[in-house]
Amino acid sequence: MGVEGIGARVTRKEDKRFLTGKGRYTDDMTVPGMKYAYFIRSPHAHARIKGIDKSAALSMPGVIAVLDGKELKADGIGNLICGWMIHSKDGSPMKMGAWRPLADETVRYVGDAVAIVVADSMGEARDAAEAVSVDYDVLPAVISSVDTLKPGAPQLHPEAPNNLIFDWEIGDSAAADAALASAAHVTEMEIINNRLSPNPMEPRAALGIYDEAEDHYTCYTTSQNPHVARLVMSAFYNVAPEHKLRVIAPDVGGGFGSKIYIYPEEIVCLWASKKTGVPVKWTADRTEAFLTDAHGRDHVTKVKLGFDKDHRITGLKVDTIANLGAYMSLFSSVTPTYLHATLFSGQYVIPAIHANVRAVYTNTTPVDAYRGAGRPEATYVLERLMETAARELGVSPAELRRKNFITTFPYQTPVILTYDAGDYAASLDAAMKAADWDGFPARRAESEKRGMKRGIGMSCYIEACGIAPSAAVGSLGSGVGLWESAEVRVNAVGTIEVLTGSHSHGQGHETTFAQLVADRLGVPMDSVAIVHGDTDKVQMGMGTYGSRSGAVGMSAIVKALDKVEAKAKKIAAHLMEADESDIVVENGTLKVAGTDKSLPWFQVALAAYTAHNLPAGMEPGLKEGAFYDPSNFTFPAGCYICEVEVDPETGKTHIVQFVAADDFGNIINPMIVEGQVHGGIAQGVGQALLEGVHYDTSTGQLLTASYMDYAMPRADDLPSFQVSHQCTPSPSNPLGIKGCGEAGAIGSPPAVINAITDAIGNNDLTMPATPQKVWAALNAAR
Amino acid sequence: MYATNYHRASSVEEAVKLATDNGDAKFVSGGQTLIATMKQRLASPSDLIDLRHVAALKGIAVNGRSVRIGAAVTHAEVAASAELRAVCPALANLAGGIGDPHVRHLGTIGGSIANNDPAADYPSAMLALDATIVTDRREIAASDFFQGLFTTALEEGEMITAIRFEAPEKAGYAKFPNPASRYAMTGVFVARRGGAVRVAVTGAGADGVFRHEGLELALSGNWAPDAVGGVSIDPTNLMSDLHASSEYRANLVKVMAKRAVASTL
Repeated sequence: MGVEGIGARVTRKEDKRFLTGKGRYTDDMTVPGMKYAYFIRSPHAHARIKGIDKSAALSMPGVIAVLDGKELKADGIGNLICGWMIHSKDGSPMKMGAWRPLADETVRYVGDAVAIVVADSMGEARDAAEAVSVDYDVLPAVISSVDTLKPGAPQLHPEAPNNLIFDWEIGDSAAADAALASAAHVTEMEIINNRLSPNPMEPRAALGIYDEAEDHYTCYTTSQNPHVARLVMSAFYNVAPEHKLRVIAPDVGGGFGSKIYIYPEEIVCLWASKKTGVPVKWTADRTEAFLTDAHGRDHVTKVKLGFDKDHRITGLKVDTIANLGAYMSLFSSVTPTYLHATLFSGQYVIPAIHANVRAVYTNTTPVDAYRGAGRPEATYVLERLMETAARELGVSPAELRRKNFITTFPYQTPVILTYDAGDYAASLDAAMKAADWDGFPARRAESEKRGMKRGIGMSCYIEACGIAPSAAVGSLGSGVGLWESAEVRVNAVGTIEVLTGSHSHGQGHETTFAQLVADRLGVPMDSVAIVHGDTDKVQMGMGTYGSRSGAVGMSAIVKALDKVEAKAKKIAAHLMEADESDIVVENGTLKVAGTDKSLPWFQVALAAYTAHNLPAGMEPGLKEGAFYDPSNFTFPAGCYICEVEVDPETGKTHIVQFVAADDFGNIINPMIVEGQVHGGIAQGVGQALLEGVHYDTSTGQLLTASYMDYAMPRADDLPSFQVSHQCTPSPSNPLGIKGCGEAGAIGSPPAVINAITDAIGNNDLTMPATPQKVWAALNAAR
Repeated sequence: MYATNYHRASSVEEAVKLATDNGDAKFVSGGQTLIATMKQRLASPSDLIDLRHVAALKGIAVNGRSVRIGAAVTHAEVAASAELRAVCPALANLAGGIGDPHVRHLGTIGGSIANNDPAADYPSAMLALDATIVTDRREIAASDFFQGLFTTALEEGEMITAIRFEAPEKAGYAKFPNPASRYAMTGVFVARRGGAVRVAVTGAGADGVFRHEGLELALSGNWAPDAVGGVSIDPTNLMSDLHASSEYRANLVKVMAKRAVASTL
């Protein structure tokens, strides 16, 4: 490891511009003649649009156009799609209702876009929007995923009778039933995973620019995957063919999954730009973000876990209802199925598993992947179950887990995945040591003296990252491949540009990817630039989500670097009259092994471009591209321990300590990895203690539409985290990386709830465990 | 935000005249509620009259135990005042716990009291301290001033210029913040002068800030945290919302009263 290479704690190259306010986000983009769009949204959870009267608005100052869904439809703009086909257990394909970018007949959630006003200023657009009169015929609405399946529930889409999108299963139902029937002990629970709002710091935004002379569109947008946005807008939404559409995702201020999806706004801004002849920009305000950014989670699950007389797990049976909201968002179908139920083996040997998932429509904001995406829901179910089972069986929660750990690899689970490497006991041991697990009884006694209730809880999580082998996901219904691309361009003076299909929206790729190149070629990091987020620069890419940029995106760079290095060695060998196999790359030079002959990197690069003296038949230049398709998922895993003190008078939970012991395989930059873990735990603690989307169940109005009511974690809600890493390198990619972006959010919620329920002596507690709920649960337990 | 006309007043008289001359005018000082409300288009005053440059509204004066705080004094200034802290640390502590540093350096005591948000901290202190609200035209006892949610005794165009009170022997404040907004989900201010005890509750009442006779009676007999133990808090007239039921708030009233008293010992 050099000072800048793999494993070094290099400070982030991108932070100078972010910390000095010099980042360039979509809303910072200004082009000549640009106008502003304001979206008119449904104030009703469910209604028919009887008519739209634009006349008053059209005569208001600064107004250029008021455009509605009928005009959008007339221009041939297509429905929004879900990109992953799920088949119900009866073999029928999922039942997807139409999602219009601007609703033309029916609105199905509060915030559903109906029309836009384009005006000279945002203020004028808003003023005019208030003058647009939309006549609604209000229909009954349904909010809860359980209620929506009941007979007589309001129906959302004619395509989906009874609001049921699919009724899917995985695993062996008969085997799981048999295992539970013969079990010595069965732990049974009903578990709710609360609906969350993603809350990236930067709200979504889009700038659509239509160039009439070239018949070409440019879209600046807040995307985690600009190429996917271009692909989908071309292939499905009929905005423009790919070669006539450039999508740029410049600096993006966080995504957490919510910026994977292609939303109505970017489509409408592009269409409106052509329609009006002016560039059209839209930026969400925070309440629009709460209303329209795809929400996360919202599962209701009934589950049974069986044990034999020796406390070995015999079987697991899961029945989940997943609320997908009013429309199927881009990856909404895979999140509660293949990203969720395939994780039900956890870190354990479970001979029989069966999971049934019903996905339903409700009159709420669409739900899709949010940091962890299905895996937090699975982990929460399994780790609440394991803790509860340990209490019921009267055994140590650590030892119950340890007894059931998978210890030999590769391990084929009953639910598709093959775990390739791991050492779950190593993380459990590290976490228990760091948390001083054995000292807990004394700490609890000390708290009791002060009138406080102390509790400790753990969670042993696993996730499937490095998403994903293309053929495998294709066989499971994915509409896209999940490889990644890279291009390494060595300039004539030896500086390097790496073009990647990954997209950084906080992950620090400009640093870690440059570290990889510095490590490999021995050149200074400062001579490496990472280029991403522009479909005109990077040919194709699948973007960043699912903790895939390291395992998949960097692996593509490794492949491209392999090719660059091979060509550079050929040139160096030719110039130094040596054998190619004797050339080694060391500290920025190409050397002939065992001699003092060497050439600096830049001279080899220059030789490639002057082309005065290249090996016979070699093309000039030094630039190579590669596509990397992973051979397997990666399986980050770890153990989290949370210790809390609950104030019995108020129900307020104080997290006394939080320990994370993670196995992410090899690590490029420990500082950045720790930051990811910190942020992930903060979000997980947010889910466990504070965050929750709430609707009025009769009107469907969003009650948590601002930070006055949606509680985000703040620094004083969190302790200093104790983070450590164990390492079993992933055998499935050249760098041995597993990925770290989601672990914190996946592993932490059950640890927090296990700790609180331990403290209060009542296991009946839902997230978020607000002071009110904890106080009520404490009183119920008294 | 809708368009509005901005005026910078340099005296109380000028400010009041501007308000009287412009029908739908609002006074603005720190703007920590008003500006946010205007940005959401929930308020649309025709005119904003900026009070931040009116010298008469500034300053904290402590004479013996008599305290006068100008209406445009920020929460941060109240929190940092050594003179005030010497006679009534509870009020300085209350101010130091409002919002965040940004809010505390812009928001003012006059603005908070005039707005009478049911979850604001200051109204409970004014009521428990038996403060006098001084306006451009009269003096109003705190008991008469606060008249329900966002409602006060202020007339059209009437402006708070200062608040006055006699510092009590003992005073304490404890609040339980709303997990999202960090406004008081329940805040209790206790004050004792001889045998006379006043207990005012904010954040919990369905009609805004109120005094609790049961707590006052119990604490006038015994100024001790344990004294509130036997008091029954009726949840009937308490707020119930997403974050806290009226029953939970009733519990918080008792717990915060206990902690407010404990803070004085």
